[in-house]
Amino acid sequence: MARTDKMNKEGLTLVDAINEGLEQEMTRDSRVVLLGEDVGRNGGVFRVTEGLQKKFGPERVIDTPLSESGIMGTSIGMAMAGQRPIPEIQFEGFLGPAYDQLVNHAARFRHRTRGSLTVPMTVRVPWGGGIHAPEFHSDSPEAIYIHSPGLKVLCPSTPYDAKGMLLSAIRDPDPVIFFEPKRVYRSFREQVPEGEYTVPIGKAKIVSEGTDVTIVTWGANVFQCLEALDKLPEDLSVELIDLRTLHPMDTDTIFASVEKTGRLVIVQEATRLCSLSSEITAQVMERCFLHLQAPVQRVCGFDTIMPYAKLELDYLPNADKIVEAITQVAAY
Amino acid sequence: MTTATTTPAAMNPSTNPAAAAADGSLYHITSSKVHMTPGTNGAPAKRDGKRPSDALSNEQVVKLLRDMILIREFENRCAQAYQQAKIGGFCHLYIGQEALAVGTINSLNHDDPIITAYRDHGHALARGMSARACMAEMYGKITGCAKGKGGSMHMFDRPNWNFGGHGIVGAQTPVGAGLAFAAKYEAEVINRAVTGPDGKPLPAPWQNPPRVAPKKKVALAYLGDGALNQGALHEGMNLAGLWGIPVIFVVENNRYSMGTAIERGTTMAHDLKQKAVAYGMEGIQIDGMDVLNVYDQFKALVDRCRETSRPAFVDLLTYRYQGHSMSDPQKYRAKDEVESIKQRDSIALLEQHLLTERRCLSEGDVDKIVEECKAIALDAMEFAEASPMPDASELYTDVFANIQPDLSPTANYTLGVKNPLL
Ligand SMILES: Cc1ncc(C[n+]2csc(CCOP(=O)(O)OP(=O)(O)O)c2C)c(N)n1
Ligand SMILES: [Mg+2]
Repeated sequence: MARTDKMNKEGLTLVDAINEGLEQEMTRDSRVVLLGEDVGRNGGVFRVTEGLQKKFGPERVIDTPLSESGIMGTSIGMAMAGQRPIPEIQFEGFLGPAYDQLVNHAARFRHRTRGSLTVPMTVRVPWGGGIHAPEFHSDSPEAIYIHSPGLKVLCPSTPYDAKGMLLSAIRDPDPVIFFEPKRVYRSFREQVPEGEYTVPIGKAKIVSEGTDVTIVTWGANVFQCLEALDKLPEDLSVELIDLRTLHPMDTDTIFASVEKTGRLVIVQEATRLCSLSSEITAQVMERCFLHLQAPVQRVCGFDTIMPYAKLELDYLPNADKIVEAITQVAAY
Repeated sequence: MTTATTTPAAMNPSTNPAAAAADGSLYHITSSKVHMTPGTNGAPAKRDGKRPSDALSNEQVVKLLRDMILIREFENRCAQAYQQAKIGGFCHLYIGQEALAVGTINSLNHDDPIITAYRDHGHALARGMSARACMAEMYGKITGCAKGKGGSMHMFDRPNWNFGGHGIVGAQTPVGAGLAFAAKYEAEVINRAVTGPDGKPLPAPWQNPPRVAPKKKVALAYLGDGALNQGALHEGMNLAGLWGIPVIFVVENNRYSMGTAIERGTTMAHDLKQKAVAYGMEGIQIDGMDVLNVYDQFKALVDRCRETSRPAFVDLLTYRYQGHSMSDPQKYRAKDEVESIKQRDSIALLEQHLLTERRCLSEGDVDKIVEECKAIALDAMEFAEASPMPDASELYTDVFANIQPDLSPTANYTLGVKNPLL
């Protein structure tokens, strides 16, 4: 879809960037198809696939019945037979009915067939809280899928990264879950190259460089961390890392930063137990123990079911909690 | 993609009326709007001879009217509160479908369990939940039926045998089969006559100490037409058919699953009863806009299922007047479609019947009922407004039976617990 004046002037939202990435890759590669509930005529619940059925027709942008297991299973078959399917699951909680296909099948076919069959598909899933919706519509289930060998897990936070990582995901020979932080779908705009480009899978981004404390985060929490940085004293130098790819994780960037700062805060909105922050903490212990000058601090969601309304605000990490965590770690 | 030269019979328009795909797509088996008698100018469903609803007293029939009006007035207030951002997240209104919940629930005993999906305010109210608890839940207040921790999709009411609203489409349906299983188990296993060593039957456990003999129950599992396409339903129906458990799968067929018309989402949309055949259960279709018709046909079915302890499947034709949720531009349907269905509005139909056929109400009586229901809805709103938000400590409750106050590392930010090292 041609860019509007507003897009030219002010840049693209996350939604625009993903839409543009999908369109360009569908134009480039006729094996790419989109499928999901209301992705065609309606353009998806968050309107991410708006206009694509009009452009590419109902054979390539397919409205499916309300059938996540069916959507995932058929996508696997399509992918194994040479297509590049991009199924959309409307909210992360609806991965539940598709879980068997995703984890027991998509993730394992390469290994199970010793490389003769692969599943190059990109599962697009809006992810995370902050839109005041209750459970199933606000969860952060990344750890479940990281824990399942054979799935790559991405979570870009900006329009630029979203478009570039989406193209990498579609071209990747293995199944990728592409989590889209729905809270920032339309919350800001950014200049994004009109042509195609890729952002590599497995590379973290240093959002701001620093020497005193390292923060590792991903998804929409990047923005709460940036807000926290504004509230901290000027002379505290914080390095903020946006992980972008959650698996395979860019541990080199994390280790190098922690070796420099000696202090680490991890911010995630997922529940704490057995989460990605647990894994990062363990690996930093294993690799950077002698460099650590303070215990690792984590700001997480609570180990409870994602609540609704006001309690959601208590649940989610926010700038104040992050400031407190950083201050404690810096003072140790 | 090119059209295959040999079309399977099921996809061939000449052998299957559901096969003509309007947009030329291969993927969609499309029926016309065959599944609902079009707005026959406000006519009620055809009735012949003596019907179960004839036996209802005037009070009982007026209660049906009152129940439906209350739901509508309540939903109007929800819409208002949502627009004022008092209600967050999602809000799926029941306006248009009132006759369905009211007609089916009034065909049950109070202790017959029901379970439904997320469009659940109507069932909750028809089952007797207080409008206050229902509204407060949507406001996210501690006085809500789920302590304000769930919202619109989580209307649970155990005392009224309402096992709630459920947000994962289709997931509630096998659970409904389980509710029916438990009822049957209690009646037939726990309480079955046991013979003693002398071969004579021992008193049933419910006779000693004496208590009330367990009743035969029927459970209702409501689902939307979109849920027809979820695996969970098919597993639940198979189990129910296989084991012979008295659950009725009630399809609230309002033609749409979000923006997807039923014929674009499910096979045999023009004759859903066929799905029941495959699972060895009775399947019927009911015009769900006329509440007396719902009662007539559904009550008879409930009685049969209770008696025979068998499952059933009902394609209940209904319609939602509003969008799927509060943020739905409704590009997928024509305005005159909505208008034509409104010609047979369930509340108007019953009013008409009570005014002109039963002649048990005057227009003034109807106005009074409307005023009373409006007052209840407004009171619910004011109650919700005035109720407190749940305290942050509620984050930890109800995860397990025992509260674990140190479940989270971030507890220090709300509860003053500190990381001992920092
Ligand atoms: C497993 C799952 N997939 C998708 C959704 C998102 N979703 C919520 S309602 C809905 C449409 C359901 O339509 P239907 O079953 O006909 O019920 P209705 O809205 O008409 O009452 C969808 C797709 C969901 N809640 N759960
Ligand atoms: Mg529906």
